[in-house]
Amino acid sequence: MGPLEITGSVRLVLGLVTGILFGFILQKAQVTKYEKIVGFFRLTDLTVLKVLLAGILSGMVGVYALHNLGLVNLHIKPTIIGANVLGGLIFGVGMLLLGFCPGTCAAAFGEGRLDGLFRGVVGILIGAGLYSEVYPFIQDNFLKLGDYGKLTIPALLQVNAWSVIIALVVVMGGFLVWLDRTGHRRSTEEFAGRKHPGGHTVVPR
Amino acid sequence: MNWLRKDEWPWWQAGLLLGLLSMATFYTADYYLSTSTTFSRVAGMLLGLVAPEHVAANAYWQKVKPLVDWQFMLVIGIPIGAYLAARLSQGIVHFSAQLPDLWVSRFGASRGQRWAVGTLGGILVGFGARLADGCTSGHALSGGLQLAVSSWLFLAAMMLSGVVTAALVFRRV
Repeated sequence: MGPLEITGSVRLVLGLVTGILFGFILQKAQVTKYEKIVGFFRLTDLTVLKVLLAGILSGMVGVYALHNLGLVNLHIKPTIIGANVLGGLIFGVGMLLLGFCPGTCAAAFGEGRLDGLFRGVVGILIGAGLYSEVYPFIQDNFLKLGDYGKLTIPALLQVNAWSVIIALVVVMGGFLVWLDRTGHRRSTEEFAGRKHPGGHTVVPR
Repeated sequence: MNWLRKDEWPWWQAGLLLGLLSMATFYTADYYLSTSTTFSRVAGMLLGLVAPEHVAANAYWQKVKPLVDWQFMLVIGIPIGAYLAARLSQGIVHFSAQLPDLWVSRFGASRGQRWAVGTLGGILVGFGARLADGCTSGHALSGGLQLAVSSWLFLAAMMLSGVVTAALVFRRV
């Protein structure tokens, strides 16, 4: 029982194959575009949100089922309210300005969009490096601010995991279906309308 | 196999596949879909080229060692998969560093400005992901599906600040 134990170079090949499948899905979901990511934050094109929430919902049912069967371990990241919230706030501003997150930036590169790669990867590397440099300071401050360890929503509410999963599937699933029917795709159409017949974008002066 | 040649899969199909891939990842790798730790490792590798003692002495790089691991290979795989997906639907993949249409219509065609804002955004993405201990894949998707409180806090915070910033930045469009 438990997950497979794959080590050594086979594990590296497994990582590569997993990444290829991940990148394939991200491209086919069309979340690899600046317009889609920015549209998510402008609430004009919610493709990113819909794909993300649908992934969370199907994944939570599947992974918790496998966990109940004893086939997988959960890997819960520690809840440190100060670090999770402040990190998330900083990340959101950066993701809007860059128009990509690390995964979609890598996928956008594969489909030929070098914008995120050129303007993003250098920054992400600097930001990650900077964090290592200030880590000793952060370790004594933000990483102790509201530290609750590996906390899950069912543990917090003291209920069975499946109560939470079923509730989320009903509420978020309903929300997704509603979103799909109201059709939040304004930005795509907005931009189709701004183009010259030749396909060049009009630059406003 | 026409399905593989489609330009876009409906959101629910892509989401379902992300869920299935997550299940496979937990089972085969005893890990979860995630990318941003690799950027820390690469930053450590690059800095290690000029200052190896400095990197070796750093507390974070002692924890997150600058080496090639499963996730590093996953990050290498992502563009390969995206290339194959684009190739199947478009026939040919044209690589171009063209600025996004939406960017140009809002900020103009200055590449310098895009470099400056994109790099700043990248720095915030890289730093924020490390501080929160994950990004859109490791936290929002993988942590969210595990019902981790940390990940839902991250997702809520990132959406809040992203939406507020978008409202400020794109006010005049």
